[in-house]
Order: sequence, then C-alpha cells, then structure tokens
Amino acid sequence: MRVKYVLNEVLVGLWRNVTMTVAMIITMTVSLTMLGASVLLYMQVNQMKDFYYGEIEVSIFLREDVTEAQRTAINQAIDANPLVQSKTYETREEAFEKFKVLWRDSPDFINSVGPESLPESFRVKLKDPEQYAAFADQMQGQQGIQDIVDQRELLNKVFDIFNSIQVMALVVAAVMALAALLLVGNTIQVAAYSKRREVAVMKLVGASNWFIQAPFVLEAVAAGLIGSIIGFIALFVGKVVLLDGRLQALTNVLTPIPNGNVWLMLPLLAAVGAGVSAITAWITLRFYLKV
Amino acid sequence: MIQLENVTKTYPKASRPSLDDVSVGIEKGEFVFFIGPSGSGKSTIIKLLLHEIGPTRGKVTVNSKDVTSLRSWKIPHFRRSIGCVFQDFRLLPNRTAYENVAFALEVIGKTKAVARRVVPEVLELVGLGGKEHRYPHELSGGEQQRVAVARAFVNRPLILLADEPTGNLDPDTSIEIMRLLDRINRTGTTVVMVTHDSNIVNQMRRRVIEIESGRIVRDQARGVYG
Repeated sequence: MRVKYVLNEVLVGLWRNVTMTVAMIITMTVSLTMLGASVLLYMQVNQMKDFYYGEIEVSIFLREDVTEAQRTAINQAIDANPLVQSKTYETREEAFEKFKVLWRDSPDFINSVGPESLPESFRVKLKDPEQYAAFADQMQGQQGIQDIVDQRELLNKVFDIFNSIQVMALVVAAVMALAALLLVGNTIQVAAYSKRREVAVMKLVGASNWFIQAPFVLEAVAAGLIGSIIGFIALFVGKVVLLDGRLQALTNVLTPIPNGNVWLMLPLLAAVGAGVSAITAWITLRFYLKV
Repeated sequence: MIQLENVTKTYPKASRPSLDDVSVGIEKGEFVFFIGPSGSGKSTIIKLLLHEIGPTRGKVTVNSKDVTSLRSWKIPHFRRSIGCVFQDFRLLPNRTAYENVAFALEVIGKTKAVARRVVPEVLELVGLGGKEHRYPHELSGGEQQRVAVARAFVNRPLILLADEPTGNLDPDTSIEIMRLLDRINRTGTTVVMVTHDSNIVNQMRRRVIEIESGRIVRDQARGVYG
C-alpha cells in the first residue's frame, strides 16, 4: 500500500507541474549528455595515447645539400645509439609516394611538387619514446641534419585539442547541471507548496519523515533518470550518426570508440542524474519541510 | 502524564518571554482548560507539547517522555500518541470525511483494511454516521470539526490537544463539540484545551489554568472563566 501510495504521489507530482518537469528533464539531459561525451572523450584520448605512443617515430630530416659521407655518419651514429630500437631510411622518392597518397584529393598540389622538394629522412623508433630529448641531443652534433621531429609533439598537439574539447564539454555539463539543480530545487518548492496541507496533516499525525519526503525526492530522481536515459540515447545516436557515419574519415585517426564504452555511460549517467537530483531535492526539503 | 518544569520560552527577537518560568502538571485522564487573553502564551504550550518548538529553558515531559531531549527523528513516532484539533479544522478539501480520517491512518503505515474497520467506527462515535462520503465543503462548520476530532482520535491517542476548537463555531455547535470532547475524555484520554470561550469554560466546570503575560495566575480544580 505504502509503495503504491508513494509511486502514485510521484506520478501526480510530475504531471501536476508538467512544464517544469519537462524543463527539468531537458536540462538534465543536456548536462548528462555533455558529461557522457566528456567521459567518452577522456577514455578515448587515453586509448589513443596507448595506441599511438607504441607507433611513434622520430624523424631525422636531412639537409638538401647533405653529402654521402655525412649520411653514412648519421646512419652509423643511429645504429650505434643504445636508445634506438629500429630505423628505416626514406628516400625522396619514397617520401613523394607517401606525399601523393596523403594529398591524393588535390592533384594540382601534387603536380606542383616533385620528389626534389621533399627531404630524405631516417625514421627511428626508440626503445622508450620518452627518451626523445636525450636521443635528439646526441644526434644534434651530426652534420647534414635539417631537423629532428618527434611525432609525439605532433600527437600532443592533437591530444591538446581533444583535451580542450573535453574540458569545454565538462564546462557545459557543469553549467547545465547548475541550471538543472536550480530547476529541481524550484520544482520541489512548488510541489511542497501545492501539498502543504497534506504535509501539515502528515506531520501532525506523526507520519515519518521519510514517508513525507519520499514522494518529493523520488519525483526529482524520476526526472533525473529520464534525463539520463534520454542523454544516453543521444550519446548513442551521436556516436552512430557522427562517428560511424558522416565523420567516418576521422575514425582512421580517432581509433574507434567501442560500443562497450558507450554502454558504460548508461549506469554512469543514471547514477549521476539520480544521485544529484536526490541530494538536491533532499537539501531543498530540509529548508521547506521543517519538522 | 504532562509535566512542565520551570519552562521559559522566548521567541527570537521577542522583547519578553511568551512563557515565563511556568511549572504545571496534568494527570492522566484530566480535562484541562488553558485560558487567557490573546498573546498570553497559551498556544505556545500546545506547540511545546507537540514539540513543534522547544523551550528556551526548562523541561517538558509528555507521556513520561522528556520531550526536550527527544531526537528529531523520533518526533513523528512521539506525535502518534497525541491527537490534535485546531480552530481552522485543517481538513484536506479534496478528500471526503472518510478519506480525511483514513489519510491520518495510512500515512503512519496502517493498511487500508485497518482503515475500513476503524474509520466508520470513529465517524459514528463523533456523530457523523451516514456522512462519510461528504467533502468538507458539503459539511457545516460543526461537522467539519467533528471530522477533525475523528481524525485526531482515530489512532486512540493518550492525549488530545485542542487549540481553540470552538473559535469558528456558533454557541450551540460549540457545546456539541464540547460534549464530544467530554465523551472522548471519559474514555480515559487526557484532554488539554486552549480557549477564551467563557461560556464553555463556565458550563464544563473542569480544571482551569489561567495564563497572563506568560505566567500562571490561577489554577483551579473546578473553575470558571473568572
């Protein structure tokens, strides 16, 4: 009986104030979607770091006027260096082949460039990619080197972009969460006001505090749960439509997001949505339903 | 049953205390009137007994429980042993007489089956047999107060508190309500009533405690309004 009573009160409460309920759910949804996206991106960046750091190379580009002797000296220096795991040599022609693949969509650009405009290079894989600085120092003394480039620096720039997107998503999530919390507080106040007579009688006859408060708290929790489910659906649809669909080209760079990670967002969003609404509702009630 | 020991209650920002060093004891089964002009502090006593507020100083004991030291989560359970009636009835307008009384049972965890057995009985007792399914706006003031008394009594409390229960009623109806409270008192329930209705006090000839400016100025066993 009591469970039925409480559930009925929750439904009546959500419906009584339906515009506020909808506003509450929308803000919850946006906030939780942003939170989910941010967490997914965070997991993604970590996964990409693991993936790419294993593949990372240091490129030693040679000067245009490098002599045969200098090239041999560099080659020997690399082979002798204890930090090196393996190396390959890339001629101008090979560089140009790669270049053509990379820019295959812009034939005009390719035509304006020939193998002679591209530098030859050694591609060196280090035993420990973190040792880049030490390796670069040791190679710096060699003649005929144009530039030493660590791919990690390039990757870090990419990761920095991801990180800032993630932070932006978190900020949006936080701002929307604040709006959602204010709405929850307001909804609870309105609900408490519209049920003030019932609450007064319940207090008078000695209904327990949880029994008085449960319908209000559950009202907020229900809105939070609905928001988290819609937010999860939005994430899933976003993943399917954007990453698996339109932006598929990006996924070559992005390492695919496993569906398992997206599914993981459902319990996370539900817990955050329900928990945060419950706490807000409970705190609001402490001010508006003094015993 | 009820003990106030040197109770002082000063509301925040008030210049003088509403109750000033009040000590009084009420035995089980007594019928007591608290009388006095508006603002004398008599309603404060009701609030103290219900533990809606705590005393500034002193000790309040109800049903041999020290209310002052009652933990807040125990207050609801404590209140189940006290019934309460007010001047403004405090009925739920969208519920019938039966539902109003049943509500008081259901929210403290009694089943619908219990309500079906007990509620008609208590409505019969207060003289509302046959009017169970009327809404408050379909009942007279006196009848609404009877519903309120039924709601206060349905849980068989040890104490019934009545705060100006006849304040909104005409003299004849008031006397009917008093007969009802008297009948409830005869079942062994302690009745504490705050009023400034001199007619009623004079007719009932029960214990009268007069309060003025927060102090007890008279405590008389079979008193009149004075």
